Amino acid sequence: MPVIEYRTALNQAIEEEMNRDERVFVMGEEVAEYNGAYKVTKGLLDKFGPKRIRDTPITEGGFSGIGVGAAMMGLRPIVEYMSWNFSLVAIDQIVSNAAKMYYMSGGLFNVPIVFRGANGAAAQVSSQHSHNLESFYAHIPGLIVITPSTPYDAKGLLKSAIRNDNPVIFMENEFLYGTTGEVPEEEYLIEIGKGDIKREGTDVTICAHLRQVLIAQEAADILAKEGISVEIVDPRTIKPLDIDLIAQSVKKTKRLVITEEGHQICGIGSEIATQIHELCFDDLDHPVVRVSQAENPLPYAKNLEAESLPGVDKIVAAVKRVLYKK
Amino acid sequence: MKSIGKKKALEMLEQMLLCRRFEEACLKAYQQKFITGFCHTYIGQEAVAVGTLNHLNENDSFVTSYRCHAQGLVKGMSAREVMAEMYGRITGCARGKGGSMHVFSKELNYLGGHGIVGGQIPVGTGAAFASMYNETGGVNITYFGDGASGQGTFHESLNLASLWDLPVIYICENNRYGMGTATTRAIANENIHEQAAGYGMKGYELDGQDLAEVYIKMKKIVAEVRKTSRPVLINMNTYRYKGHSVSDAGLYRTKEEVKCYMDNDCISKFNAQMQEQGWITEEEYKALDKKIKEVIKDAVQFAEDSPWPPIEEASQHVFA
Repeated sequence: MPVIEYRTALNQAIEEEMNRDERVFVMGEEVAEYNGAYKVTKGLLDKFGPKRIRDTPITEGGFSGIGVGAAMMGLRPIVEYMSWNFSLVAIDQIVSNAAKMYYMSGGLFNVPIVFRGANGAAAQVSSQHSHNLESFYAHIPGLIVITPSTPYDAKGLLKSAIRNDNPVIFMENEFLYGTTGEVPEEEYLIEIGKGDIKREGTDVTICAHLRQVLIAQEAADILAKEGISVEIVDPRTIKPLDIDLIAQSVKKTKRLVITEEGHQICGIGSEIATQIHELCFDDLDHPVVRVSQAENPLPYAKNLEAESLPGVDKIVAAVKRVLYKK
Repeated sequence: MKSIGKKKALEMLEQMLLCRRFEEACLKAYQQKFITGFCHTYIGQEAVAVGTLNHLNENDSFVTSYRCHAQGLVKGMSAREVMAEMYGRITGCARGKGGSMHVFSKELNYLGGHGIVGGQIPVGTGAAFASMYNETGGVNITYFGDGASGQGTFHESLNLASLWDLPVIYICENNRYGMGTATTRAIANENIHEQAAGYGMKGYELDGQDLAEVYIKMKKIVAEVRKTSRPVLINMNTYRYKGHSVSDAGLYRTKEEVKCYMDNDCISKFNAQMQEQGWITEEEYKALDKKIKEVIKDAVQFAEDSPWPPIEEASQHVFA
């Protein structure tokens, strides 16, 4: 099976879906002539031309709304944000228009659109360029939120997102673009809302999404050397959430650590922990523990940034805590 | 007037009356608490919707703000389905889930009434984008109030539409107040049409109280946009006789000012112009008005008699 980069997997998904459906087009900053700020759309301008691979000015509110209107008229836009940080100037178009249109029109106008881009911290880009917005968007009825951690998941889920008839928030991460993994040559789709066991284990469950899956793997390697067997559950989509898969794992291991790159208050972990307490109260041998970003904006200085993010050491410590080990 | 023709003139007079009587019925129903929530009426501005929408065909689309009842009625939505929506009944155009601010029609490409000031401007621009992409020859009319012209979405949309040659007709329904704030206190350049020049597109100023002017000039403008695929911006001077919404007491403007505009009423003016042409008599006008009032009465009765949405409707249409 070919091993490819995460960005290439996304690129393949877009190309395949554009070949399949002429209504699909891409717009965003630097997606065409520059080949994408993170090269996700590399080569697509040459293949599809400027009508379907469309550079926009820096005007997120404008082009996001254009995507919504175009989708209402039957097109299937893929709107790229160079990063999700910039979606905040377009959030009214996403929340008030894309998410609510189908409902408030009584089912007359659905909005089949994918908003995608890098989410979360990159390398020392400070407070305004490091937002984790999955809990923002997951809070809104009408939005699907997808957070793939591997090239395989990225491709299969992006294809499903493009074919979905609803607005989809598709979140990637700068550090993930260059990661590699096996992706089959033949076509496949991944069902939205189905999680995946990324590592099987027996002693403790770690629930992680996006880049935290990779960090959880590192933590699990360290813990394995100490004889602790970790199971990693990746929900892959935040909304809808595959809580059954997480609960199934927790019923087996009796312990749950949730790690997310975003902040703890009203975060993804808050939601998962609540649902697990509802479903697995009698199974738990320790209260659920969350490992999240500190409650401060992300600082620039390397040591401060590292201290603020939920790194390997914090996950290792959390796992030991739920096992009552020092 | 001659270029409009008797048949079209009669049709448009009827449309204006339909809008006005509909809104008057809304105000009454609101006082009776049949209609609740927000309710923004179009009374005084009828010539704008009528004089513009009559130039659209089935390939075209339109979108507006929360002042959205008239646009649907002009294009042929039934008074029943719009009134039932006002009442929050299952027979409403949006199954009672949108209400007064969210009138939609899939059949007419009416992309809705929208509740966030200026939020619909990129949406209309996107509909024009789809017309361009699919090469349908369709144009889009995007309506918004003077208050929306200060929003970023307005400027972003104009820039993109001009940059990409999108067939959008931006119509600023300049009724002189964004809620209670006069344009003199809100907009650096009140001649909103002049802002078109900043985006390399044409701007026009029209008398939105004069249906004949709006209809005749819009005919040429719509044809031009259809032909060139170049966006235009129109500053449509108009006035709402009632408050911003039902709850607005209107203390920010004088009774004299309101009266001055009401003396220049678009319906009275057009009726007089038609009578001058000998196209209608006062008796015929009264008979027409009576007929419209019956249509509205029927719509109100239909809404009152219609059932509430079933409870399970609350969780439907969240996802397609």
